[in-house]
Amino acid sequence: MSSDLWQITWFTAWVAVTSTLVILPPGIALAWLLARRQWPGKSLVETLVALPLVIPPVATGLILLHLFGRRGLIGHWLENSLGIEIVFTWKAVVIATAVMSFPLLVRTVRVAFENVSPRVEHVARTLGAGPWRVFWTITLPLARQGVIAGAVLAFARALGEFGATVMVAGFIPGKTETLALSIYHSVELGRDGEAVAFLAVSVALAFAAVWCSERLLRRATA
Amino acid sequence: MSLEISHLRLPLTSFVLELDARLDAPVTGLFGASGAGKTSLLETIAGLRRPVDGRISLDGTVLTDSAARIFRPPESRGVGFVPQDSALFTHLNVRENLCYSQRARSHVTRPGISYEHVLDVLNLGSLVARRIGSLSGGERQRVAFGRALLAAPHLLLLDEPLASLDRELKDQILPYLRLIRDEFKIPMLLVSHSADEIVALCDDVLVLELGRCVRRGPPSGLFIVSPRPHHELAKPTDLSPLNDGSA
Repeated sequence: MSSDLWQITWFTAWVAVTSTLVILPPGIALAWLLARRQWPGKSLVETLVALPLVIPPVATGLILLHLFGRRGLIGHWLENSLGIEIVFTWKAVVIATAVMSFPLLVRTVRVAFENVSPRVEHVARTLGAGPWRVFWTITLPLARQGVIAGAVLAFARALGEFGATVMVAGFIPGKTETLALSIYHSVELGRDGEAVAFLAVSVALAFAAVWCSERLLRRATA
Repeated sequence: MSLEISHLRLPLTSFVLELDARLDAPVTGLFGASGAGKTSLLETIAGLRRPVDGRISLDGTVLTDSAARIFRPPESRGVGFVPQDSALFTHLNVRENLCYSQRARSHVTRPGISYEHVLDVLNLGSLVARRIGSLSGGERQRVAFGRALLAAPHLLLLDEPLASLDRELKDQILPYLRLIRDEFKIPMLLVSHSADEIVALCDDVLVLELGRCVRRGPPSGLFIVSPRPHHELAKPTDLSPLNDGSA
């Protein structure tokens, strides 16, 4: 049980970090496009990205199951052309947590970009910096607090994700067990002691994440 | 310097900015009430706005030409821009702000413009290690001038550089603008809705009203230069000097 606990904790933290790192580049890019550019289909993309926030996680999980399942649009292609299986593996856990935390990241970073004055970016352009250099040296550093906050939110959401994960990844001991799934499973089996242990680790992990982010934010504002 | 603006057309919210002018004075003033299109004109010259029509060239180099489908991006125009709020980079310190442009760091500045010289003229030496948040309004504006100068522009656009300062600070900063004009010989286009600034600095003035140039000439011909202290000069029209920042 105790080696299981560590294995599950490690797996949960690893999944949360991986999914956050995976969504960070596209999340920042999309947030910038939403904050700074007008393009056709923008409001459609805006709505699609927000959808996982408002529909039940289990429903999102079901959609993912249909997309990534063996007969799904993406799953079928992945398995036939690349031999990659998604559903009921760790990859499904990462995809579920990534999709569920993506809207939180995009929203937070978008607001941060909108709070950077375009005038400051304009001046940087007249000083000889091209759009890329302006983004890396002006926009992103000035929005760093929002980017950190968004990443922490996404990480925290990934740590606790349950509904979508259980649909696409199931609960396979040693393969797709996360802390949230384990708490539910233990309670279901009447193993209250075990549930409390999982609960304690979840709280400790979340506490550590929030504490670290507060420190990072304080350093970013200093 | 010669800035040629021909058949320029730029639709703004409530009127169309239209201008035909050849500017060749060392310092040209753009005078007019808030919302007359002065800032929009500066932004168009800097390449931050794209006109629907027209041609702008600087010393023979085409900056924008709608007919030939030429639009040079702001980073390759060599046109410096100092906005009203100075727009300093608050995540960098004073030295990093001054050296933001590639030219400032590679020391490929024009003859007569070196880092040391700019620090010296603008009296910035004691500020270089300071954070932007710790600067006063006047200091911020001086850093903004220095940052623009160190990019070695062929033309410097100043958008109400003194408007955010109180009268006492204005009197302190105005001499720096004169020094920039006389020391670095960079042609300047100065937007202002204050007659005293125009009289103090400019050789040629364009008066803008709703996007059109309604009068032009040397400041002595446009303004009644009275013997009173310079901040109480009469204004040519009753333009509100109150700053609403929406120009």
